[in-house]
Amino acid sequence: MTDKKNWPLWEIFVRSKNGLEHRHCGSLHATDAEMALENARDVYTRRNEGVSIWVVESYHITASNPEHNGELFEPAQDKVYRHPTFYELPDEVKHM
Amino acid sequence: MSEEQIKNLEDQFEARIARDEKIEPKDWMPEKYRKTHIRQMSQHAHSEIVGMLPEGNWITRAPSLRRKVALLAKVQDEAGHGLYLYSACETLGVSRDELYEQLHSGKAKYSSIFNYPTITWADMGAIGWLVDGAAIINQVPLCNTSYGPYARAMVRVCKEESFHQRQGYEIMIKLANGTPEQKEMAQDALNRWWWPSLMMLGPTDDVSVHTEQSMKWKLKRKSNDDLRQQFIDQTVPQAELIGLTIPDPDLKWNEEKGIYDFGEIDWDEFWQVVKGHGPCNKERMKARVSAWEEGEWVRNAAMAHAENKKERIEKQAV
Amino acid sequence: MKNENLYKYILGIADNSLILGQRLGELCGHGPNLETDIACTNISLDLFGQVRSYFQYAGKVAGDNRTEDDIAMLRKEREYKNVLLVEQPNTNFAYTIGRQFLFDVYHLAFLTELQKSSDLTLSAIAKKCIKEVRYHERFSSDWVKRLGDGTPESKQKMQEAMDTLWTYTDELFHQTQADKVMVSDGVGVDVTKLKDQYYKAVTELLEDAKLKTPESKYFQKGGKDGIHTEHLGYLLSDLQFMQRTYPNMEW
Repeated sequence: MTDKKNWPLWEIFVRSKNGLEHRHCGSLHATDAEMALENARDVYTRRNEGVSIWVVESYHITASNPEHNGELFEPAQDKVYRHPTFYELPDEVKHM
Repeated sequence: MSEEQIKNLEDQFEARIARDEKIEPKDWMPEKYRKTHIRQMSQHAHSEIVGMLPEGNWITRAPSLRRKVALLAKVQDEAGHGLYLYSACETLGVSRDELYEQLHSGKAKYSSIFNYPTITWADMGAIGWLVDGAAIINQVPLCNTSYGPYARAMVRVCKEESFHQRQGYEIMIKLANGTPEQKEMAQDALNRWWWPSLMMLGPTDDVSVHTEQSMKWKLKRKSNDDLRQQFIDQTVPQAELIGLTIPDPDLKWNEEKGIYDFGEIDWDEFWQVVKGHGPCNKERMKARVSAWEEGEWVRNAAMAHAENKKERIEKQAV
Repeated sequence: MKNENLYKYILGIADNSLILGQRLGELCGHGPNLETDIACTNISLDLFGQVRSYFQYAGKVAGDNRTEDDIAMLRKEREYKNVLLVEQPNTNFAYTIGRQFLFDVYHLAFLTELQKSSDLTLSAIAKKCIKEVRYHERFSSDWVKRLGDGTPESKQKMQEAMDTLWTYTDELFHQTQADKVMVSDGVGVDVTKLKDQYYKAVTELLEDAKLKTPESKYFQKGGKDGIHTEHLGYLLSDLQFMQRTYPNMEW
């Protein structure tokens, strides 16, 4: 075979039970989405870990660059007024 | 980048790790950190998949259906662990195929213990009990290592591995409590696997080359000698409990230190096996290479099929 | 034995899973890549799980303290009643997949019917197993398509495997004496009725996979009567090694 091609990498997300979100649990290689699902079932749910699987070809994921973390995430750090603890209430008020 | 800038980045990087922050794939990292991680994680992955062979050797001959499914599931887990670890390597930009290439060409190392033969059923017990026991001692601290993908893979590995050692020890218990012939089989396996298991925890601290840097990066939390001592101290009572004798005439409880003193390890044997001259180095490598080569047409076919299918769908859409 | 026909009937079913599980077990660690290796081992584990359920039941039916392991590992060559198909070796991955596919299509049809058995244990086992086997069938069908409609090399290998294994398909639909009694008791599945749907399903998938359905009308039989191919003896010498070398011991 001259045109040797590697199987692409896929990211696997598993929902462990209904009511919970899908969580990233790892990656694997597969030729297409169907095979990625089957492989994910065999690799990542052997111990009853899941009720639903998402697969995404790793290539399609766009990730933020950690070098930009300063401008992306730090501005949110001082917006304390977005959190309930910012607001002062008299002790008598309960359940708010 | 100037040398000073790099030095600055490196200092910040080391400080992050010292603060117990995790490093993730896209974060800046020193080249040495990247290389060391690829080397350690891939060696670990290679050990898992080469480790499938000595045990896989007994799947078809397991003495009962219960033992057969347990062993199958265990060896399958090792394939899974190899897969998780290769995936962790891939986050650092090296493909699984490249890593296989390194393994198959003899450039990459794997745990030497898998170059010993599994000649009786008791070896399945001894491997689970001793080899997995030693592996766990090595691996549990890695669940907290500095590189995120490695730490997460190790959490998964350790969770799954918890049945492996029990599986092995249970085999030993059964043999030790069985007929004299079975007990002899168990003792013989312990005799053969004891010393290689001690060697598995690595060369002694005075000759170990990577330790200091690895400690800083939390690739290692304890020295080889400490790990070895821990392994011995926990395993000796387990052997006594089932009436087996550790094959070391110098093994003795040291009341003062609260640890076992033990005899001289044959490091010549260790280095001989590491250098490729163990009893099964060639067979193991041959088995890996031939599985990979014989699988090539299969992998190519599956890829070609996926492309055919995609093409057909695209044509239909036009 | 009071229920000799039932006992034989259970063994006839279970031996297929036992021998096929053993064949797949040989591959563990030697698959074309890790993902596929893990998948094949899962199928093997499913099959051994099924075997244990069947043999535990068979032991009860026999009523003489024989264990699942006695039944699995201490019979003579002629006492294994699996079809010839499942004992064929892993010549290459096309053979492994072809064998699996040709058996899975049958197995699925068979278990679908066995769910209706008047024997409640068998019907319960069938209900549990059918979910596993549905997945096996999906897995092997997908792989037949990948290999058939992959590269010229894989197509040729898959076709060759199919042509070679085809000769063992007809036997799936033969009835033994025990089968006939069990069918008339409402316990067993009339396999003769599964034949048309089997060949239809197989042919359709082979077309999908761009493969030719073999036309040979010469078939091999004998497994169900314990007359096997030469391959089985070697498989059994592995399977039975421990039990034969160290008799009457617990492991």
